[in-house]
Amino acid sequence: MKILLITEQREGQWNKTSFETLAAAQQIAQQAKGTLTGVVVGKGVATLADVLAGYQLDEVLLLEHDLLEKYTPDGFSLALRQVIESAKPELILLPHTYQVRDFAPKLAASLGKGMIGDCTGYRYEGGKLIFVRQMFQGRTSADVVFTGEAPWIASFQAGAFRPDLAAKHAAGKAPMRPVGVELKPEQIRTKPLELFREAKQVVDLTQAPILVSVGRGIKAPENIAMAEKLAKLLGGEISASRPICDEGWLPMERQIGSSGQTVAPKLYLALGISGAIQHVVGMKGSRTIAAINKDQNAPIFEVADYGVVGDLFEVVPALVEELEKK
Amino acid sequence: MKIGVCVKQVPAKDAPLAITEGGTWIRESDIGFETNEPDTYALEEALRLKEKHNGEVVAISMGPERAKQTIKEALAKGADRGIHIADNEFFKLDPLGSARSLAAAVQKENFDLILTGLQSDDQGFGQTGVLLAELLGRPHATIIMAIEAADGRLKLKRELEAGWFQWVELPLPAVITIQSGINKPRYATLKGIMAAKKKEIATVERSSLGVADAQTQEIERIYVPQKTKKTEFIAGSPKEIAAKLIEKLRHEARVI
Repeated sequence: MKILLITEQREGQWNKTSFETLAAAQQIAQQAKGTLTGVVVGKGVATLADVLAGYQLDEVLLLEHDLLEKYTPDGFSLALRQVIESAKPELILLPHTYQVRDFAPKLAASLGKGMIGDCTGYRYEGGKLIFVRQMFQGRTSADVVFTGEAPWIASFQAGAFRPDLAAKHAAGKAPMRPVGVELKPEQIRTKPLELFREAKQVVDLTQAPILVSVGRGIKAPENIAMAEKLAKLLGGEISASRPICDEGWLPMERQIGSSGQTVAPKLYLALGISGAIQHVVGMKGSRTIAAINKDQNAPIFEVADYGVVGDLFEVVPALVEELEKK
Repeated sequence: MKIGVCVKQVPAKDAPLAITEGGTWIRESDIGFETNEPDTYALEEALRLKEKHNGEVVAISMGPERAKQTIKEALAKGADRGIHIADNEFFKLDPLGSARSLAAAVQKENFDLILTGLQSDDQGFGQTGVLLAELLGRPHATIIMAIEAADGRLKLKRELEAGWFQWVELPLPAVITIQSGINKPRYATLKGIMAAKKKEIATVERSSLGVADAQTQEIERIYVPQKTKKTEFIAGSPKEIAAKLIEKLRHEARVI
């Protein structure tokens, strides 16, 4: 099996999930006795291609063009389509980043192919690749397979594989080859403007030893004070799942999950958080996870060390009282 | 501005999910359904754009007869008419098949702008908007947090990861996927609900659209996820639970 890994960088900085998907791609290449080619896309990114070549790959392609300096879905799809048509991979793997979500389905459709996105793992059984992904907000898993002809396109979710398992090249360096593509300015319909950050990150949740995190189950903004009190007694910070920040009940910089911060505190206490996959990817690395939720089937319990099936409006005040005892 | 907004009907958030005997889908017969929450933000954004720039909002939904309810809710909130793409086995379609059907059904509408939610809360592929743009030959942008429309162009605030954003510009006609939280979706008023009864819902059979049924992928099996951790459940009265949990965090996990 011929595998093509599409890596991601922005302004010369790696998106680190590229190396997680590299680890997965190496593993698949080994099991399926295939070859692995990696591609770095952008302009002035030869040093990144050189870094990638230090890993176990058969070849690294350097795809550079003036019109690829800034990301656009048109530019990236058109350029990568040309690479795919000449390299003819059977399997194309990408990290499931926001950028990949923006262009990869388009790239696949332009080739008349489908994409299995946001996979959390795979199995290689009897010569067949089975991709595992979550459905119904993490309440079920699904085994999904490609039907029809290659190439097949799949992306792996952040945190699905460990980047430190990506193997270094046995002989030192993989060969690197620049690839040329034809792109014209008029083919690119979107105009990328400035990049910016909004919140001035007054609180760095990644440094907090304990996080008390609230989700939809908290029901109303006035109930957050109760969780804040608990956080204070535990010597931790308050954080939240996305819906709470969408509602404006807590500022966006307190959001944990794929669109917020990724944290790994020693204790993560989840209050009324169902555990949708977008949230879990941001906190599953916590040392100890305790969850209080009224739904015993809530997916948060799949990652919890301690679980309480119950009413947080009864349990949280009891916790506060217990902590105030001493 | 003529705006199409794709709204999907999905199992209600609190619906108990049971897997069918064949193991490839959930039992739909005994659960409630609701409008996919991310799509309610797209609908709200469509209604606001219409209020600002005039025009028309058309709600489009694919699925069995019950999907009409999702269109009716959109009409009650202020959409002008609906298109229902009828298919009792809609759940069997892969993202490309869904998008091809949608594209075929809306092609002749010539929308200036098509909006979708970020992703669906059931299959969650998050591909429909991007695929629709490609199939209709239009530019797109995803995960959008603000829209400014002027002179046939859109200026859009795209959300990136880790707190980053980017402004992008593109020409109309276009397809945009909306990030949840961009706005506060309105509720339907009684007046809106009454007015919706007179609004048109055109039904198109998906089988009449001439879209090939060939799939690029299929679900072999769905199942309750395997646990990665062994959870110790703590039961009792709230007081007992609190005492036990704190004891365990102090002396077993040693994290407080």
